[in-house]
Amino acid sequence: MDETRIAIRVDMDVVAARQSGRALAVELGFSNTDATLIATAISELARNIILYAKEGEIILSVLHKSEPCGIVVTARDKGPGISNLEQAMRLGYSTSGSLGMGLPGVSRLMDEFKIDSRPGNGTIVTVKKWKR
Amino acid sequence: MRKNSDHHTSTRSTVAHTPDQLLSELVAHLRQNRTQLREEWARRITEAQLLMAMSKEEIFAEATSVYDNYVEALETGTLEALQAYSRNLSERIIPRGVETHEVVGIVLLLRDVLARSLFAKYQGDFDKLNRILDAYEPAANRIAITVAVGFVQERERTIRDQQEAIRELSTPVLQVRERLLILPIIGLIDPHRARQLTEQLLRAIRTNRAKVVVIDITGVAAMDSNVANHLVLTVEASRLLGATVIVTGLSPEISQTLVNIGVDLSKMNTVGDLQGGIEEAERLLGYRVVSVRDVAAIQQP
Amino acid sequence: MQVPILKQGAYLIASIQSALSDADLMQLRDALVAKVSTFRSRGVIVDVTVLDVMDSFASRTLRDLVHMIQLRGATTVIVGIQPEVAFAMVQLGLTLEGVATALDLEEGLAYLDLKTIKKVSNPRDG
Repeated sequence: MDETRIAIRVDMDVVAARQSGRALAVELGFSNTDATLIATAISELARNIILYAKEGEIILSVLHKSEPCGIVVTARDKGPGISNLEQAMRLGYSTSGSLGMGLPGVSRLMDEFKIDSRPGNGTIVTVKKWKR
Repeated sequence: MRKNSDHHTSTRSTVAHTPDQLLSELVAHLRQNRTQLREEWARRITEAQLLMAMSKEEIFAEATSVYDNYVEALETGTLEALQAYSRNLSERIIPRGVETHEVVGIVLLLRDVLARSLFAKYQGDFDKLNRILDAYEPAANRIAITVAVGFVQERERTIRDQQEAIRELSTPVLQVRERLLILPIIGLIDPHRARQLTEQLLRAIRTNRAKVVVIDITGVAAMDSNVANHLVLTVEASRLLGATVIVTGLSPEISQTLVNIGVDLSKMNTVGDLQGGIEEAERLLGYRVVSVRDVAAIQQP
Repeated sequence: MQVPILKQGAYLIASIQSALSDADLMQLRDALVAKVSTFRSRGVIVDVTVLDVMDSFASRTLRDLVHMIQLRGATTVIVGIQPEVAFAMVQLGLTLEGVATALDLEEGLAYLDLKTIKKVSNPRDG
């Protein structure tokens, strides 16, 4: 069983999603710091789902075809989508922690970041972190 | 008659010469001639000036173990025991400076010594010699690769461990006084080291209950924007734990870099040199340094 | 999951006991602001030692809490942020600017003593 899906509808789901993510990271042998980075990224992604799409899901899976293994977090929603991705990746960053999209922040927490979104088609954010 | 005899032999040999049976015949041969072949191999190793870091006795002892493991791997077709042995052997000989070409060399020598003994034994029967070699070669190649790869992997692991140790050593977090830590950074900072440095410092702040940290970068020659930004993150993260960071020893070049790339210096408490930084830290902690003579003067009214 | 708020002299101490949902956090913010008024508290400590994630919402709520309490004339200090959590926070750009932080409860109390006594004994210092 390589995939865990967590439905995101209410704010408690955000906590549940990041806790599963941390548990999986620890189980895979990620350092405590990396597990915290992963959990924080999941928290932000899940929060974005609630804020912008009302509901969606977080999918956790493991990459272990070879050493080092990695963790993949996919955040998927059927919300309004993002019309200007470039802007979202720029505007979201805010040192004051205001309610931005936080996507650039998420990409800094993880090793790989991919976003696929079109207006009206929902958003899929895929992030990866490799075990060092 | 002659033809008949030939026919008779070959019928028998088809039965007796499945690859497995050939291998067990081979193994029996290697077991029988163990002493002589082992000595021959050890002699060839010395002659080729391999494993010079080891004494003759050591070479012979290792040769014996490798030989037995080798024969066993041929017999069982499983490489686990040999793999474990080669890892173990590598662990022992790597610290003594044995090089990869030596390990590959000795395994190839053994392959050669054994092949020659097979030539000698079966020189009267070319047909059988060929089939024996057909069975022997792939197995022997697999074994040679296993041992060589095991050695290389072990060496890479050793190098990684050493790099890790050097990194740890190169960023010592020192406690100078209660609640005061110093982190002198020397040398090149790459992103990996920068991150490790931060993690180490943050943990040290917590375990030492530090209130002030002096990061001295006198020994850092250059700093790119990534590392500079990381330094700012470290200062901010330390503050979140409740510690104040003082950065000392910014060279004019690095100061210029920081200004050019627009690093927000307002969040950084900087002092010219380490001594000044420690004095500032002591002031923040409420220490006042007084010379012993002055204290004596105060105490004797 | 409600966060217990302890009254200790002129201070209020809120020790978070487990992971909090957004609603819990907002509830804590409102309760603390209300209690500061009720008890005329001079200082507030929020102990976040057990939090293993501090995301943008949590940071923002804590910052709002600190500013609201400040408007009521009291000082707040956040204590116990874990090293890993701090590392993740700064990567996200969450630096809790303008918010006082301390290592643990003991340090937080020392900080409040320093801040609030100063205010009372020598107003010109502040």
